[in-house]
Amino acid sequence: MSGKVIICRCNDVTIDEIEALIDEGVTDIEEIKRLLRIGMGPCQGRTCIPLVLSILAKRTGKKPEEIPLPRARVPIRPVRVGVIVGGDDE
Amino acid sequence: MSKVAVIGGGIIGVATAYELAKLGEEVILFEKSYFGSGSTFRCATGIRAQFTDEANIRLMKHSVRRWEGLEEELGFDINFRQTGYLFLATSEEEVKAFKNNIRLQNRFGVPTRLIGMEEAKEIVPILNTEPFLAGAWNPKDGKANPFKTLFAYLFRAREMGVDAREHTEVVALEREGDTIKAVKYRSNGRVESVKVDAVLNAANAWAPLINEMAGLKRDLVPIKAYKHQLVKTEPLEPGQAEPLVCPPSWNDAYIIQDGEDGGIICGAGIEHEARGLNDYEPTYDFLRGVLRYATMIAPPLKYAHIVRQWAGFYAKTPDKNPAIGRLLDNFYIAAGFSGHGFMMAPAVAQAVAELMANGRSRVPLDWEWYDPYRFERGELRSSAFQIG
Repeated sequence: MSGKVIICRCNDVTIDEIEALIDEGVTDIEEIKRLLRIGMGPCQGRTCIPLVLSILAKRTGKKPEEIPLPRARVPIRPVRVGVIVGGDDE
Repeated sequence: MSKVAVIGGGIIGVATAYELAKLGEEVILFEKSYFGSGSTFRCATGIRAQFTDEANIRLMKHSVRRWEGLEEELGFDINFRQTGYLFLATSEEEVKAFKNNIRLQNRFGVPTRLIGMEEAKEIVPILNTEPFLAGAWNPKDGKANPFKTLFAYLFRAREMGVDAREHTEVVALEREGDTIKAVKYRSNGRVESVKVDAVLNAANAWAPLINEMAGLKRDLVPIKAYKHQLVKTEPLEPGQAEPLVCPPSWNDAYIIQDGEDGGIICGAGIEHEARGLNDYEPTYDFLRGVLRYATMIAPPLKYAHIVRQWAGFYAKTPDKNPAIGRLLDNFYIAAGFSGHGFMMAPAVAQAVAELMANGRSRVPLDWEWYDPYRFERGELRSSAFQIG
C-alpha cells in the first residue's frame, strides 16, 4: 500500500505520514498519536488505532499484542456541552 | 567535554539536553516511559509573561524571546503563535490589582495593558462581556504545540549526538562524597550503569524520588503532584477564542483555542492531590465544574461537543515556584514547575545548561529566587501566579 491512503479520517492522516514517522524512530503509539493527531478526532480512534497498530507491528517486527494501546479518553462519543451543564438555562 | 546525564524526558529535560549538546557536552537522556509522558503532553499549551513578581516576569520575558526564534532555530513547525493572554476582572479591587501587575510587567518591558470590554469582545468574539469590568491584555503572550515542540528539541538533540533513551528508568545513583559518579538504569529488564560527570534531575513530579536516589532527603525539595485536568471541544472556526481567556476570580477557569485544530481547551482550578504518580483518571466533578465556568465565559460553547478529557500533574512546590539550581557538587535540579514548565522551558533549559557547562549563565534567571535549598531554610518566595 502506498500513496494517499487515509488511515485517520478525522484528521486526514495518510499511511505515508505514519510510516515516515516510524522510520524516524518514533515508535511509541502515544507519540505517533500526538504528532499526527491520530485517535484525537471525534471518532476517538475507533477506525485508525487498530490500523496504526498493524502498521507499527509490520514496520517494527513486533506482534500487535506486544504494542500497548494509547490511553483511552472519555467521553467515548462526543457529548454536547449543554447536556453536561444543564441545557439552555443561563 | 564531560558526560552529563539528564533524568526526565519532558520538555525541561529534552530542551536542556539540546542546550547541553549545543555547548559541546556529551549527553545521555533517560525517560522511564515515552517522551513527554509526565506533564508536558498533558499541558494546556499556554505561554505568558503576565506574572506578578519580578523573577518570573523577567524569566518569561526572556523565554518568550526564545520562543519567537525557536521554529527557525529548531527547523520544525511548532505552532508557536502570539495570540495573547486576556485576564478578566470581576470587581473593582481586581481591576486595581491588574493595574499594579501591569505596572510591574511594563517596568520589565512586557507590553500588557488594561482594556475595556468592547476591545475584549473584538479579540474574543464568543466572550460574554457582561460579568467583567476590564481585561489585562498582553498580545505577546501565546501558545505552541507541546508535542511538536518536544520532538523539535529531541530531533535536533539527537542530530547533535544526544543519546536519548525512552522506556529506560533510572533506578539508582552512585554517590561518593558530594559527587554523583554513575547512573544505574533499567532497560528491557536489564540493569546497566554509566559513569557520569554531572546529573540533572528534570523529573518534575517524580523529582523527589531521584533526589532520594542521590542520598538526599525526599522532601528536601517538597514537590507534590496535583491532578490538573483539561477538557477539549470539537474544532470551532479559528478566531473564536485564540488567546487564553481567564477570569482569575472564577476559580482560575480558562479557555484557549488550540492553534492547530481549533478545539477549545477548558481548564479550571478544580484540583485533587494525586493518589499516586499513576493517577491520571479524569473525574466527573471536574468535567461538570469546568464546563460551567467555560460556558459562563463563552456561552456559545454550550452548543459545542466535548471530544476529550484528560488529566496530568501540576508538580507543585509550596510557593509554586520551581526549584532550579545545584544540589550537590555535580547534581542539579530543574523541577517542581507547578504548571509552568512548558512555557519556561526555552529559558530554563538554556540557563541550566550554561550553569552546568560554564558555572554561570547569561539568562536573566534569578538563581536565589529559585534556589532549591530555600524550602529547607523555611524561606518561601511570594507565590508564583498560577492559573488553573
